[in-house]
Amino acid sequence: MNAPSTATPMRDAPAPETPRDDRAGGRPSVQVAVSHSAEGAASGGRETAIELQGVSCYYGSFCAVRDVGLTVARREVTALIGPSGCGKSTLLRTLNRMNDLVPSFRMEGRIMFDGQDLYGPRVDPVEVRRRVGMVFQKPNPFPKSIYDNVAFGARINGYRGDMHGLVERSLRRAALWNEVKDKLSQSGLSLSGGQQQRLCIARAIATEPEVILMDEPASALDPRATLQIEELMRELSREYTIVVVTHNMQQAARASDRTVFMTMDEDRAGYVVEAGETAGIFTNPRHQLTEDYVSGRFG
Amino acid sequence: MSATSPAIAQTRFEPRLMRRKLSGTVFLGLCLAAIGVLLIALLMLLVDVFGRGWPWLDGAFLTGAPSRRPAAAGILPALVGSLEIGLIVGALTFPIGVAAAIYLQEYARDDLVNRLLRTNISNLAGVPSIIYGIFGLALFVRALSLGYTLLAGALTLVLLILPIVILASMEALRAVPDSLREGAYALGATRWQMVSGTVLPAAAPGIMTGIILAMARAIGETAPLILVGAVTFVTFLPNPVDGGYTVLPIQVFQWASRPQADFQGIAAATIIVILLVMVVLNALALFVRVRLSRHIQW
Amino acid sequence: MTMPAGAAGLLTRPPRRSERVIEASLFLAATVGVLTTVGIVIVLTFEALEFFRLVSPVAFFTGTVWSASIEPLQWGVIPLAVGTLMVALIGLVVAVPVGLLAAVYLAEYASPRTRNLVKPMLETIAGIPTIVLGFFALNFVTPVLLKPLFGSGLGTFNALAGGLVVGLLITPLIASLSEDALRAVPRGLREGAFAMGATRWEVVRKVVLPAALSGVMASIILAMSRAMGETMAVVLAVGTNPQLTFDPLESVQTMTAFIVQISLGDTPQDSLQFKSLFAVAATLFALTFGLNVLGNRIVARYRNAYS
Repeated sequence: MNAPSTATPMRDAPAPETPRDDRAGGRPSVQVAVSHSAEGAASGGRETAIELQGVSCYYGSFCAVRDVGLTVARREVTALIGPSGCGKSTLLRTLNRMNDLVPSFRMEGRIMFDGQDLYGPRVDPVEVRRRVGMVFQKPNPFPKSIYDNVAFGARINGYRGDMHGLVERSLRRAALWNEVKDKLSQSGLSLSGGQQQRLCIARAIATEPEVILMDEPASALDPRATLQIEELMRELSREYTIVVVTHNMQQAARASDRTVFMTMDEDRAGYVVEAGETAGIFTNPRHQLTEDYVSGRFG
Repeated sequence: MSATSPAIAQTRFEPRLMRRKLSGTVFLGLCLAAIGVLLIALLMLLVDVFGRGWPWLDGAFLTGAPSRRPAAAGILPALVGSLEIGLIVGALTFPIGVAAAIYLQEYARDDLVNRLLRTNISNLAGVPSIIYGIFGLALFVRALSLGYTLLAGALTLVLLILPIVILASMEALRAVPDSLREGAYALGATRWQMVSGTVLPAAAPGIMTGIILAMARAIGETAPLILVGAVTFVTFLPNPVDGGYTVLPIQVFQWASRPQADFQGIAAATIIVILLVMVVLNALALFVRVRLSRHIQW
Repeated sequence: MTMPAGAAGLLTRPPRRSERVIEASLFLAATVGVLTTVGIVIVLTFEALEFFRLVSPVAFFTGTVWSASIEPLQWGVIPLAVGTLMVALIGLVVAVPVGLLAAVYLAEYASPRTRNLVKPMLETIAGIPTIVLGFFALNFVTPVLLKPLFGSGLGTFNALAGGLVVGLLITPLIASLSEDALRAVPRGLREGAFAMGATRWEVVRKVVLPAALSGVMASIILAMSRAMGETMAVVLAVGTNPQLTFDPLESVQTMTAFIVQISLGDTPQDSLQFKSLFAVAATLFALTFGLNVLGNRIVARYRNAYS
């Protein structure tokens, strides 16, 4: 399913905007940001899973994210990188309407998923969250058995099928089955940190979502577990669309297909500076800010 | 949501959103109903008490002495008794309770003895008030030979509310951030200097609030005082170390035990006075908590 | 070396010693708690043993007739215990659902503004002197609420009215302790459940409540203990008839009411009757203290589990 062709100028639109985008001058204008991030159908073969159009996020009167336009392609790993506090998590959470749980949150713009506006008047956030799953920074398995953890989401969503099979499939896809198949009735909390996080991934997979959002999934884990999670992300992207927020640039470079770089303004509102194929962003970024960030000069 | 997405699994889930949301709404309704029930109960109580007691409440009632005739009865001895007990209890509980709280919170290491002390205080807070009365009878009335005096009653109530005051003061001390303590130490203060100079002033509003509320509790107590011999028919003003005394709740009990409606009426009027005292004390506690904590410069 | 300002007074003697004195006096104050507990246990045991020298403990704990003033004197505590338990259980039947629902509402649903209305209301109810509740039970609950419902089957003094106001008394206790337990459940668990497409009610029912279960149990145990130890709320409304019955519409007598009755009367202090007061009190203390220790232990455990 292709993205509707909105007014998204192509990637190689006249680019040099050096007078506008260096640190002295402030941030690039809206048009430029959109032009860099929208891939559209022209790049060939990439279906769009989610498209953000002019998305701005507010907590009360504080603007956390300003005017983001972005497409997330299906069955790819898209990484959101940028310095702390620039709104990456906020942006991620708009994709499964988790921000709705914060009373002061307000969003402008549209997020198109499957041809429908996620925030449309008749769309139920509860249903959204079944189809767009989430894995959190700190593993949060329920104090229930491993089996019940994985089955939880499926049960509340009225799964009508072979539950055992679903649990096994999910655990296999999360690369955890072999380690826990003999102790499914033990508490999820008895696992190590890396295993708990994979359990959370299995749990998210069990509701058979189309998109899996990951909010710094490996930041609380040791290096070995981190690598496992990264391999898992790559593996999972063969079937699911993955959007991952990470502050670890090497991780983004290793594990993602496309990268979106965000930063924030003086008024602490986040915005997208540049988006594109991961290799390009890291080796040949088009914005000074991006270059500065990926080479470690700030953030 | 559209069904054109590739996931075939769509058909295996029957989310039944409407039904689930409905049970959620029903549950929320139950929660609100529960709160409504509490509110209604409270209102019924207040309306009944005020309805019964208001006609009896006048100057003569407040300044007179009890009498066998409801119309001529007054609550002055009981009122004075309650105030005297309240003051003595407050004055005694303050130093002991705060000292104990300071020790447990600021001085005690986390070893077995001190953990025992702490759990002991928590458990004492749950002991029925009548048991304190029995203990007071044995200790203050008999063993220390104080007899059935207001002082013995006050001391009994001190023991009763001490655990509550200690716990509340410990909370107030706990709420003071460690940075204050570290700052004092870094200047070369001894532990006591640190506590008295920085932590206590910061915790003072919380501690005072706790004491005021505990005093309110003490003034409302009946059973322990019955055990230590507060009598129920007192026509003179009580003297703390000599002779009989009574307090407002006991006066209520005495009158409410009589079947005649008039006695119920003056009992209700006494209750109104008690509730007014409670309101004043609670308002004072609130005032202390809100106004004074703002003046503490951290 | 300069001393901190205000420490001049300490120069008259080594700082160490005065610090130790201060610490010792503070420690002394802290031991008041232990001394009280020990004192209570000693007094109750001693006096109860005085009673048990004259009345067999077996007869006391298993006897089903209690007659302290009417000959033939019998000292079976079971009617009093049943009276106490009946009132406490009625109270719990009222307080547990209402208190829990209120706690869930406060912890999971209420906005800060609603909290600021509901919490003071709960604290007000908790602060009502128990004699007022007893008055309410006698003058309102029985004649106005219960009589129309039960008609002639209801005595003027009955356990039900006492139980209901005790329920009102302990509801704030259950509500606030359960709310603490619910709040102690980490936010991450809730988020995880929401992220899988659970409704708020499902998050509460399937994740938060099960995780907070031990705290909720503790609140119920502590509330039960409070209900059993309640005196004035029941003594006016429940009566002084120590009959063994399971019918809440009848008049019974609780352990606490008996203690008050004896102490109000002219019973000589060295009479068997007066001594029975201590035996009953000792039983009451043992029961409530046991419940308190249990409840507090559970609270301490879950507070540590989540911090």
